[in-house]
Amino acid sequence: MPLTHSEARAAKPIVQMHGVKKIYERGKQKVEVLHAIDLDIPQGAFIALMGPSGSGKTTLLNLIGGLDSPSEGTIRVSGKQIDQLGEDELASWRASSVGFVFQFYNLLPMLSARKNVEIPLLLTKLSAAERKRHALTALELVGLSERAEHHPNELSGGQQQRVAIARAIVSDPKLLVCDEPTGDLDRRSAKEVLSLLQALNASYGKTIVMVTHDPKAAEYAQSVLHLDKGSLVADPPSDAKAEKRA
Amino acid sequence: MKFLELIWAALNIRRVRTAFTLVSIIAAFLLFGLLDSVRSAFAHAGEGIPGADRLITAAKVSFGSPLPQSLQARIQTVPGVVAASYGSAFLGTYQDPKNLVPVEAYEKHYLDLYPEWYIAADHREAFKSTKTGALAGETLAKKYNWKVGDKIPLQSKVQQQSGDTTWTFDLVGIYRIDNPNLKAMEGILYINWDYFDEARVAEKGTVTWYTVKVRDLDQSDPISQAIDALSANSEHETRTQSEAALYAEWGKQLADVGLISGSIMGAVFFTLVLLTGNTMAQAVRERIPELGILRTLGFSRRLIMSLILGESVLMLMAGSVTGLIAATAAVQVLKAKLGPSLPMLPIAADIWLRALAVAAIVGLVVAAIPAARGIRVRIIDAIAGR
Repeated sequence: MPLTHSEARAAKPIVQMHGVKKIYERGKQKVEVLHAIDLDIPQGAFIALMGPSGSGKTTLLNLIGGLDSPSEGTIRVSGKQIDQLGEDELASWRASSVGFVFQFYNLLPMLSARKNVEIPLLLTKLSAAERKRHALTALELVGLSERAEHHPNELSGGQQQRVAIARAIVSDPKLLVCDEPTGDLDRRSAKEVLSLLQALNASYGKTIVMVTHDPKAAEYAQSVLHLDKGSLVADPPSDAKAEKRA
Repeated sequence: MKFLELIWAALNIRRVRTAFTLVSIIAAFLLFGLLDSVRSAFAHAGEGIPGADRLITAAKVSFGSPLPQSLQARIQTVPGVVAASYGSAFLGTYQDPKNLVPVEAYEKHYLDLYPEWYIAADHREAFKSTKTGALAGETLAKKYNWKVGDKIPLQSKVQQQSGDTTWTFDLVGIYRIDNPNLKAMEGILYINWDYFDEARVAEKGTVTWYTVKVRDLDQSDPISQAIDALSANSEHETRTQSEAALYAEWGKQLADVGLISGSIMGAVFFTLVLLTGNTMAQAVRERIPELGILRTLGFSRRLIMSLILGESVLMLMAGSVTGLIAATAAVQVLKAKLGPSLPMLPIAADIWLRALAVAAIVGLVVAAIPAARGIRVRIIDAIAGR
């Protein structure tokens, strides 16, 4: 069962962000995309991160996933301070600690579904047979074991996203970061993917942070965080409310 | 090895482009193999030639200018000389002006100075006893399908007493030279000097060179000087040197072959670097989002750099190995077609090593810049395809 809102609040935070700022330099101009974000995400939570375009959602998600470094502030994930890690350390940390799901699946087109899922395991000491077994288990979990040897162009969008989810969970990370995972899917496929994420959260205790524009997708999460102009806000901005009512 | 599949998959993304690039690499290394074979043949001329105890005396002005036959008796008087013999050479053609056949006319004891040339005893005897007899090298006999007993008519500019320029010889034997460095000499037809001199009109009583066997190798220099002193200040001054030194000198005179082949190879590899460099740059540019994904999944920049370099080196290696295999086959075909007129050595281990080293270096050079660019892009920009 997924954590209730109060249970999630009580759980130990897996992500702790304090005073996190992100400033991009565009020519001579400095643009502060995130303003002193303080955020704790409890272990086992399923959080939807919403906000208008340009509000900093993806930037925040990239910082949580260790794809980018903050300009100021500290980020701890599972107790490890990641904002000070070097390039190689951060890569190694990502390999073992975070799973990524993107809007456009980002599978390697020349590899089969199984081989795509095996990619993160190439960085481990597992043998080829063990890598194959783990990949098939992950594909079974997302309901695609029968399509294991198919290439991405032989799969539907929903199936490709499920392969991407299998790739994200194959090394058994505690945290999944999902950037618009249903943004490129039809309603039915989106439901399947969201149900799958919900199941991973409920049955396997994965902490999920999901960026979405879609209020219906956000309903699958336990709680929704709203970001507006680089700051976390209590209520959704007015344009988001309008979108929700629609 | 576990990353080989990723490298292989990357090469398979654009199969047509990879195939065309591979064909260019194969062609470059085919040329490399062929040219290096010729260059090596010239560069190694004189090496491994048994002949340190033989001296060659030829005209000082240029090899090929006639020397008097009478010199033989005087050379034999030089202390330390065991034996001296002589030969003359001319060029004939067989059936077609394109079929050149070098002919060497030897004094009757000449072959005794070359025990390393394999001639069956009965063939050797038949050569001595048949005035118009000729010995063909195995290579030459195979080329024109000659058999012992055949009459061999050769066209030549050397005119006979009868006014005829067609020289007809009776093939009485086949000789074989096992030394690979001298294999090209199997393309020569040996005839009897006595018959040749008797029949020709011009330059009668002259020879092209003397071969001199010495007793003590360490005395080669003073013996050479003593032989050359015999003709000093005459119309036919001589220059004597060891047989191996003569071959080496010929090799050096043909050093331009090395320069020409080196220049062609340089141009070919420069083009290859541009071509494969462009291919790699395109391949990396197109795959920036994929490289971003790999980095997202935890692949370090160094590992991704290695994958790209590995991809390039693998392509170059595959192309070079295929090209050299093709060159090996081509050398055999060309040797059979061209015979001794173009000396070509088989693609030896040193050529393979040089080619593979070149392939690895070109592979690394052409991929280094695209790879460095590919991994410099920020992950978030790479994934977004920016």
